Amino acid sequence: MRTILQIVRYELRNVLRNRWVIAYALFFLIATELLLRLGGSSPHALLSLLNVVVLLIPLVTIVFGTIYWHGSREFTELLLAQPVPRSALFHGLFAGLVVPLSAAFVVGVSLPLLAHRALTADTWGLLALLLVAGVALTGVFGALAVLIGGLVDDRLKGLGIALGVWALVALVWDGLVLWVTVAFARHPLEAPLLALTFANPVDLARVLLVLHFDVAALMGYTGAVFDRVLGSALGTTAAIAGLGVWMVAPGLLALRAFQRKDI
Amino acid sequence: MITARGVTKRFGRLAVLRDLDLDIPRGQVTAIVGPNASGKTTFNRIILGLVRRDAGEIRFDGELLNGDSAYRARIGYMPQIARFPENLRGRDLVDMLTDLRGPHAARDEELIELLALGPVLDQPLRVLSGGTRQRINAALAFLFRPDLLILDEPTAGLDPISSSTLKDKILRERTAGRTCIVTSHVLSELEELADHVAFLLDGEIRFAGTPEELKRGTGQPTLERAIAQLMRRGLVAVPSTHAARGVA
Repeated sequence: MRTILQIVRYELRNVLRNRWVIAYALFFLIATELLLRLGGSSPHALLSLLNVVVLLIPLVTIVFGTIYWHGSREFTELLLAQPVPRSALFHGLFAGLVVPLSAAFVVGVSLPLLAHRALTADTWGLLALLLVAGVALTGVFGALAVLIGGLVDDRLKGLGIALGVWALVALVWDGLVLWVTVAFARHPLEAPLLALTFANPVDLARVLLVLHFDVAALMGYTGAVFDRVLGSALGTTAAIAGLGVWMVAPGLLALRAFQRKDI
Repeated sequence: MITARGVTKRFGRLAVLRDLDLDIPRGQVTAIVGPNASGKTTFNRIILGLVRRDAGEIRFDGELLNGDSAYRARIGYMPQIARFPENLRGRDLVDMLTDLRGPHAARDEELIELLALGPVLDQPLRVLSGGTRQRINAALAFLFRPDLLILDEPTAGLDPISSSTLKDKILRERTAGRTCIVTSHVLSELEELADHVAFLLDGEIRFAGTPEELKRGTGQPTLERAIAQLMRRGLVAVPSTHAARGVA
């Protein structure tokens, strides 16, 4: 554990000198500020932010993460010649990726909301959920990035696969869901749609939030199914658990690959 | 210090090390020589656990290496090409490694001084020249007074002054009882360092013994010519079994 913390500390120093992370925090800061000024009331601003969050966090995390993993080869080589176990290095590197990105997101979104005193009693809960969803997505796509970076040695190929995964879950998936609903309109669709939602972390994050906004129109088909079948409380728990599985499963696969890899 | 038995490694279809047996005697300098792609670096990296062996066993001080990492506290490694995290400064590296090794690890900053690295350590590694990085690389390998030094082409890219500083340091460490593995292409340089020579070709040990045995066996006056002779023949030239098995 001590070793992991030491590695995280040095990785943080390395990553924080990287302007990407600063720019990422600034982006959330400016986007939130703008939405607050344009949208007025903060539930609306939060809802608009949700759309930014579910598209942008996966994109930035998976791309940055894949580049980061390839870029950390030097560090890996240096540290594995030291008395450092591979698992400790892996966890340290993973935290060194996910912690700064999550922090950039949390700080970027929270600061303007707090500065404007825009939060009321019920929007506090929404903000908390939004932050949970954003951090969970960072974890999920961080784990996927680490898996891609660990399995694919070629930088460009890795980046291509990362972009492909993002396009699939963030863009193509909605089309697939729509197609399923239309094509099988005459059949009961609850179970397949529920399965489709759990198969896509972006959908899970979206459902997590939409369950708590009183905006049925914005729920989309999967959100509505989630609400109807599982209800709000169970739905929230299931979505968070689903996101947890989406982080741990690729993470464990990546760890296994890392422990067997020739550096 | 190191006993390797039957070590085998393939990268895909390419056999890099085939059933390799080698002993690295304690307190001496063992030179591993051989043409490019003969498996020298792979052997070093297998000792460090950076590369996983497919078969065979390696013992470090009699203890079988099995994926544990603690033994590496006793090794200083100087890789052939120094690759460092670009955004860190040399001093960050020194601090980080010191942290990792714990406060009780012995320190030896002699090379930082002798290689005039003091001012350089405060600059980001990305702005440093290849030779300067290589000097930092050398200083890091010696930093914790390791029992075993693994130096992969240590003088490549160093100017003559740094190079001889480094060689003097190696000889001093040997006098202090430390063990050293050096690989190099510059055989004339190994002549003044090596107590033992292991000649590696196509992933197999073709000779292991003292430089004198090698020279006598090939009838050549220098190490360089003796090795060249071996490479031309490309086969087992000298009876080497006692040397390969005997010294431990």
